[in-house]
Amino acid sequence: MSENAETDAEETNADGAAEDTTGDGATADDAADAPEAVIDAGVGAGGGRMREFVESEILARFGDGSARVGLGALEDGSVHSVEGDIVLTTDTHVVDPPVFPGGDIGELAISGTVNDLAMMGATDPIALTCGLIVEAGTPESLVTDVLDSMAAAADRVGVEISTGDTKVMGAGEIDRIAINTTGIGRVTGEPLQAARLEAGDRIVVSGPIGEHGLAVLSAREGFDFGGDLASDVAPVNDLVRAAMAAGTVRTATDPTRGGLAMALNEFASSADAGIAVEERAIPISEAASAAGEVLGIEPLDVANEGVAVFGVAPDDADAVVDALREAGAPDATIVGEVLTDHPGRVVLDTGIGRRYLAEPTGEQLPRIC
Amino acid sequence: MAASTDRDLQFRDPEKAEQLSDRLEELMAEIDGRVDVMHVCGSHEQAIAKFGLRSVLPDGLSVRMGPGCPVCVTDMPEVDEAVALAEDGKIVTTYGDMLKVPGTAKSLADARDEGADVRVVYSASEAAEIAAETDEDVVFFATGFETTAAPTAAVLADDPPANFSILSAHKYVPPAMEVVAEMPDTNVDAFLAAGHAAVITGSGIFEEFVDEYEIPTVVGGFEPLDILLGLVKILEFVRDDEAGLANAYPRCVTEDGNVPAKEALWEVFETTRGEWRGIAEIPDADLALRDEYAQYDAREIFDIDAAYEDEQDPLTAKCISGDIMAGKADPDECELYGEECTPENPVGASMVSSEGTCKIWLEYGGHPDL
Repeated sequence: MSENAETDAEETNADGAAEDTTGDGATADDAADAPEAVIDAGVGAGGGRMREFVESEILARFGDGSARVGLGALEDGSVHSVEGDIVLTTDTHVVDPPVFPGGDIGELAISGTVNDLAMMGATDPIALTCGLIVEAGTPESLVTDVLDSMAAAADRVGVEISTGDTKVMGAGEIDRIAINTTGIGRVTGEPLQAARLEAGDRIVVSGPIGEHGLAVLSAREGFDFGGDLASDVAPVNDLVRAAMAAGTVRTATDPTRGGLAMALNEFASSADAGIAVEERAIPISEAASAAGEVLGIEPLDVANEGVAVFGVAPDDADAVVDALREAGAPDATIVGEVLTDHPGRVVLDTGIGRRYLAEPTGEQLPRIC
Repeated sequence: MAASTDRDLQFRDPEKAEQLSDRLEELMAEIDGRVDVMHVCGSHEQAIAKFGLRSVLPDGLSVRMGPGCPVCVTDMPEVDEAVALAEDGKIVTTYGDMLKVPGTAKSLADARDEGADVRVVYSASEAAEIAAETDEDVVFFATGFETTAAPTAAVLADDPPANFSILSAHKYVPPAMEVVAEMPDTNVDAFLAAGHAAVITGSGIFEEFVDEYEIPTVVGGFEPLDILLGLVKILEFVRDDEAGLANAYPRCVTEDGNVPAKEALWEVFETTRGEWRGIAEIPDADLALRDEYAQYDAREIFDIDAAYEDEQDPLTAKCISGDIMAGKADPDECELYGEECTPENPVGASMVSSEGTCKIWLEYGGHPDL
């Protein structure tokens, strides 16, 4: 990782956080009890241990890309040559458990930022950063597995991770691992924005809703839905590219935290328009639906990490759906329409009655009683 | 992918739903007046709100929730007792919905944050299993209506470990319906009775109630068609001016109910006078352990020194959840609703539980103007 990272790590050490851990004793005891290697505070303390970790675990995976000054130079930052409008986005990822059915926090961190760029219209990202924060005592294998996932996801997209930072926090100061990824990408044409939605536009979703959130919640609660429920975590920049090539896409979003319910409410609010949605048209797998019923959680309220929601000009909606299906999203479908009535609100037709679809309130907790 | 099949189940069939709502329109036209129906179950409220049923109910037919959430009617001093036991070093186990319910001083979640050993369990038997694995005292803070009281009774009747006890906040629904029916300013023309409580007690349990209070009562299930069918039967009674009893949930509820479960329930518990939070003090609506089970009664075993706060939180004084559960007000009439009172920071119990009206309305909406 860059020198920038080493400098920051020294600061962490100087403020005492890392020293506390070193003197804690618990970390060393844990390491002695556990047969597997764990990350200890020394890795984040700068100097030789850190350089060794960065070179053997990070550089070996993320390598050197096309940047004018890239990660391998271990400078304070990377240098990129760019023309035109740039999208800049950042996201910090924490998830319990860090490895879940269908993916892990590493794939999530890359997908999340690649998808955020794509949802603005930057479907070919230029570069990402990796800010890695690890709790002392975390098994080294967890960290290297996560780094492998990040490298694989970045390879799939064809984006380089060109700078970063590593911190090791004391035991109990964070939960195992957190990753910040910042990304830049070039947007050609108009940035995609919900404010561009017009009455009559169709709402298109690219894939089944609720898989990620319900898979993670099920894993956390120890429920097994027979292996049918797995996170959909994936970069979807290729889907956005296909949709944009097929017709006029006014806006796109990845319905992460707060799920489809939050995404549609944000569309309605930004556009100051109503949105009508047919609940039964929304693709939801049987496994997600069953998990939602058991846990008392609405699939529409939980995070998706491999789905895009589009607002599309009415005449282009069918073409966009066809393009998405061809690009690897067989469940892509039209689920609703932008209205002139009910500005700022989402009206859900349940097939039996109608109600407003509200933004989810607070954290989604499984029903217990 | 095929759309999820659970949305296409026979009890969610849109065509049949339309037929039933048309029938409700016809009946309301025949009645030519207003009808106020009270249901006594959070799961009913949840289904009504989630499926947008109020948008297909005819004008003049009002369906609102009464004291049908066991978490909501658990009294503050009962929570205080559980908190006191936790702070006194007992392992306190309870259903997750109870964790954040405010007592007069604090909630069990507050006590846990301060270091008390409070654990969430899914059943009374899970709590007894925890007791079997430790020498420490394990108390199950037992809440809920007949549906959870019967399993609690089964655990106690099955000779649980000696270090296991329960703090009963179990409640029994029929007497609460009587109290609500008698309230002078509660206008209830009919009850939609809770299907899952009736699975245990049987629909016949309401016969006396219907005779005495002359209020039509229909036992209803929780799928949209169950609820619409229950309302059709209610309106037929109202139209005929008949105080009848009907079972609109026959696939789960029989007249006699689950006899072994009922026997276990009454072998272990007896009714006693108790306060239902926000409603009233109700004779015979709390479930207390019989003397034969005193060795499992936390109130008998431990000297519970609950820290009742005399001074009420000023926000709590503004909470109208009592009026909501008595059918006198809707959640959005409360000045705290969705502002100072949210599921993250609930003031009243009906904002805490997934069965509470306020939380359900915040999640799904109440009477949308669509």
